[in-house]
Amino acid sequence: MSARTVNQKAWWLVLPVLVLVGFNAIVPLMTVVNYSVQETFGNNKFFFEGVKWFEMVIHSARFHDALKRQLLFTAIVLAIEVPLGVAVALAMPRRGVWASVCLVLMSMPLLIPWNVVGAIWNIFALPDIGMLGWTLNRAGIDYNFTRQPVAAWATLIAMDVWHWTSLVALLAYAGLSAIPDAYYQAAKIDGASSWAVFRHVQLPKMKHVLTIAVLLRFMDSFMIYTEPFVLTGGGPGNATTLLSIDLVKIALGQFDLGPAGAMSLIYFLIILLLSWMFYRVMTLGEAE
Amino acid sequence: MKRMTWLVPALYIVFLMLPIYWLLCMSFKTTNEILGHFTPWPQNFTFENYRKILTDSTWYMGYVNSLIYVVINTVMSVAVALPAAYAFSRYRFLGDKHLFFWLLSNRMAPAAVFALPFFQLYSAIGLFDTHIAVALAHCLFNVPLAVWILEGFMSGVPKELDELAFIDGYPFWKFFVKIFLPAIAAGIGVAAFFCFMFSWVELLLAKTLTSVAAKPIAATMTRTASASGYELGLLAAAGALTIVPGAFVIYFVRNYIAKGFSLGRV
Repeated sequence: MSARTVNQKAWWLVLPVLVLVGFNAIVPLMTVVNYSVQETFGNNKFFFEGVKWFEMVIHSARFHDALKRQLLFTAIVLAIEVPLGVAVALAMPRRGVWASVCLVLMSMPLLIPWNVVGAIWNIFALPDIGMLGWTLNRAGIDYNFTRQPVAAWATLIAMDVWHWTSLVALLAYAGLSAIPDAYYQAAKIDGASSWAVFRHVQLPKMKHVLTIAVLLRFMDSFMIYTEPFVLTGGGPGNATTLLSIDLVKIALGQFDLGPAGAMSLIYFLIILLLSWMFYRVMTLGEAE
Repeated sequence: MKRMTWLVPALYIVFLMLPIYWLLCMSFKTTNEILGHFTPWPQNFTFENYRKILTDSTWYMGYVNSLIYVVINTVMSVAVALPAAYAFSRYRFLGDKHLFFWLLSNRMAPAAVFALPFFQLYSAIGLFDTHIAVALAHCLFNVPLAVWILEGFMSGVPKELDELAFIDGYPFWKFFVKIFLPAIAAGIGVAAFFCFMFSWVELLLAKTLTSVAAKPIAATMTRTASASGYELGLLAAAGALTIVPGAFVIYFVRNYIAKGFSLGRV
């Protein structure tokens, strides 16, 4: 990294990206900012309202509840998916036919459209005619994810683990397969335990890809919308109404553009802040 | 203990396959059988659901539309990301770090936030309900990701390669296309895979920006569900077919993924 030379002409190389992403990011973002400081009574008349909506959203119990649910969901999902993904990657065959078979099968859930994921889990978990629901009820467990908040949460988390653990596993596997065999041989000669190999050889090599994995999983689980919307629709009651679902309810359901705009910006800032913190913590010491 | 390690991926894959098995199983059942009572496999095995989808243009055009915008988006994202990633990995310039983080911050923008403004923006410029609109909109999150991935791969290529080529008198673009791109072919494969994946699975924006002419398959599914009650067998078959293109892509890039992200910056 230190070998990079100063060259202001590099801006020309970045320009196409700048134009494309800027067009998609700045115009809509400014539209949201506009909504967030204005009041409308329909027929396209807007009145400036200052920070009224921001104060309203920050003090609303509804937003606090959705945010708490969102943080809980993201925390649980990260706590399960990252260790599980790493464990699967460590236990996978390193090369050969079985490695390919594992990779192809494990990638399957990643390539399924998100609403189809929701639909699959919906029919899989239906208490009377779904495989999971039917089996659980047969086994004597009272399970109905459309009525019981706990069951809805469990199903939601199982779905996300099913959907995304493979991403962590694939990235961790990529990191592991970059370790030369000589490292393992050296560790063997030294008589290192498998924990020591993991701690001092495998984990440092996976650090970069794990940073990517944790960041991606954090951002995506914080923005999750389609899957829980299809699976539970935010219910029962408001039990699984995460931030995005609440936001769409306000913006498109009630057409309250002002509060929705303010909420969008606060939501976006929270993701930005947390991602930046994650990024700093996980790359600490890499800069030196 | 060492010999039992294969159990971990094996059990994990069984867990992954169960819901997919259930989907396939339902897609070969009649809707009456599905709604009737629980059966672990189809009693009256039928291809009717698939036949309907593959012969009715309102169904199969959904797949065509999705594939069109996904391919446009993948090509566009990788094409603009290549020079940018090169700039980030080789040069320092004013504001480079801020720019990089700003790009990534777009990856963090929830689609739910942008759905309505996107609708207004693309309606205003007359691109509503076109494939290009969805392809452009998906650039919001795919371009930053492609830059991020490619930058990692490019930083893994020694700078001496560039310098030697320039000493040999290669002009920049010739060097870039003839020497540099082949050197990071795996990275391009991985970036394209991820662009394809995120564009294929995204629905909220794709659905917001289309009505008829470019309607993606996933939206066709939700609409049919609400119009004619729950035709679960048909939905299951449509869902099963959405897995096919992804499975193809995975098969082709499986070796690149194995080589993976770790080439750069480790």
